[in-house]
Amino acid sequence: MSQASPVTTMAATLGDAAVVSPSRPPRPGAGAFMKVVREPIGLIGLVIIVTLIVVAILAPVIAPYPPDDQPGRRLESPNSTYWLGTDDLGRDIFSRLLYGARVSLQVGIIAVGIALVIGGILGLLSGYYVGIVDALVQRLVDILLAFPTLILVIALTTVMGASTATAMIAIGIAYSPAIARVVRGATLQVRQEQYVEAGKTIGVGPSRMILRHIVPNIAPPVIVQSTLLLSTAILAEAALSFLGLGTQPPAASWGAMLGAGRKYMETAPWVAIFPGLAISITVLGFNLLGDAMRDALDPRLRQR
Amino acid sequence: MSRYIVRRFVLLIPTLFGVTFLVFALMRFLPGDVVNSLLGTEATFSEEQRATLRRLLGLDQPIYVQYLDWLRSLARLDLGVSFRSSEPVLQMVIDRASVTIELALLSVIVSTVIAVPLGVITATHRGNKADVLAHFVGLVGLSIPSFWLAILLLLVTTLYIPWSPKLIWINPLDDPVQNLKQMVLPVIALSLSLVAVVMRMTRSSMLETLGQDYVRTARAKGLRERLVVLRHALRNALIPVVTVIGLQIGNLLGGAVVIEQIFGLPGIGSMILTAINQRDYPVVQGGVLFVAIAFLLINLCVDLLYVYIDPRIRY
Repeated sequence: MSQASPVTTMAATLGDAAVVSPSRPPRPGAGAFMKVVREPIGLIGLVIIVTLIVVAILAPVIAPYPPDDQPGRRLESPNSTYWLGTDDLGRDIFSRLLYGARVSLQVGIIAVGIALVIGGILGLLSGYYVGIVDALVQRLVDILLAFPTLILVIALTTVMGASTATAMIAIGIAYSPAIARVVRGATLQVRQEQYVEAGKTIGVGPSRMILRHIVPNIAPPVIVQSTLLLSTAILAEAALSFLGLGTQPPAASWGAMLGAGRKYMETAPWVAIFPGLAISITVLGFNLLGDAMRDALDPRLRQR
Repeated sequence: MSRYIVRRFVLLIPTLFGVTFLVFALMRFLPGDVVNSLLGTEATFSEEQRATLRRLLGLDQPIYVQYLDWLRSLARLDLGVSFRSSEPVLQMVIDRASVTIELALLSVIVSTVIAVPLGVITATHRGNKADVLAHFVGLVGLSIPSFWLAILLLLVTTLYIPWSPKLIWINPLDDPVQNLKQMVLPVIALSLSLVAVVMRMTRSSMLETLGQDYVRTARAKGLRERLVVLRHALRNALIPVVTVIGLQIGNLLGGAVVIEQIFGLPGIGSMILTAINQRDYPVVQGGVLFVAIAFLLINLCVDLLYVYIDPRIRY
């Protein structure tokens, strides 16, 4: 058996995403997109995510109040002026939720982007060169996987100072082993293919080989993994901000709003209920989309 | 088999060295001085007193000497003492970890008991309404943050049930009934996403085995469907399920920190979080090392368990 134990594969947070088979999937494209949209699950996921992106971009236009304004009395229950009530400082919760969408999406996308870059490079090197490079990278991945993720993120944010930016970097670093595993597995499979052998024979250099021939062919499982990781990253940011280690007040972050609202749970439950709902719906959107994409991009599952 | 176990143990060593290095380095990068954190920054203590404390804690040594000293004491199973309370770190880790282990095991047991049958049922009734519903509900379960669910549970119990859990830890050795009562809400909060993960894995793994030739053969011999599903398909479908369950236990050890905080459970995650804030290096180092070792050993056990689930696997 090779050194990579089947257990350490990234089944952790992703449920049956671990069954994703990177075996010669078709290239993602318009066909795959149609398949995602045709499934109710994919369509609902896509609608949620698109709505969220629009809301995030248009927040200053849609929001009735600027996020830091204190137009109301403190802890007003939902009413016709403040649809979702006000928080302990008299700020409009609805407006803050809209602005909070920016934080969540930004953190999710940038953190996964960082994980893709670090994990992608590690995974490609490991899968393409095998041998000593592979052994070294695998040990590094093992170390990061054995290190408790949330604790790593907490320690990194403490080192770099709590802020949205450090939350993104810390989450990105912590999730890079998950990407590295998937990329390595897919690369190992692709490098056996004849077109890679053929390319080597006619003298295609390693960088061209990796960028032009391997990366496009390992894309489907990596895209699926990234979509599912987006939801995990958003949850992680929320947890960090809930603990007071992520986005700092007065910036509107769902996790921070939830953490602050917790104190008023019995008298003003809406302060904590709505941010939690926003997190759940967003994460659900990415999970739905991720599931639908896996079904569309993984030919092995589609046959069933 | 024994050669395989030995090799896996040998491979644990470099990984653990890496973890010790990483946690040590991270702690030394933390901004803020541990001595100032202990004594406060006011002028109550002179520079001289601060220097003495630093020397007593061994912090006047070059960093690599501090690291080597720590490794040397680790070899004697000595994790040092807390900078703050002078308590031996090993004892702290044992006390705190037992809380988290109880929480993690209860959550995993509860969610497995619920999730595996659900996964089997949805796989055998693939495509009908119950299956589609379970798929959707599973995704919802994955999407609800456990800490939000925890807060909602606390709200509901205080508002609608004349009972709410004590937010002070009760030792199961003192009062096992009260202890279990206290664990109900945290376990529910953690179980929701676990049920979703395990159910999804069981379902997809069952679908895979149900399509295998030997299942068709078993059906063709006229075995009752129940037997085909439980004895032939489920057993073979269990490997990825066991993998996921093992990983979840490992993740919960360090990942239950937010739930521990909400319910006032003195678990290992909370211990590490507090120690990071207090710059209590030995406690963070000992705590993280414990979680990492537990995570690696659980993975190893899961790999070895495969042999019993699937006799075709030989290492």
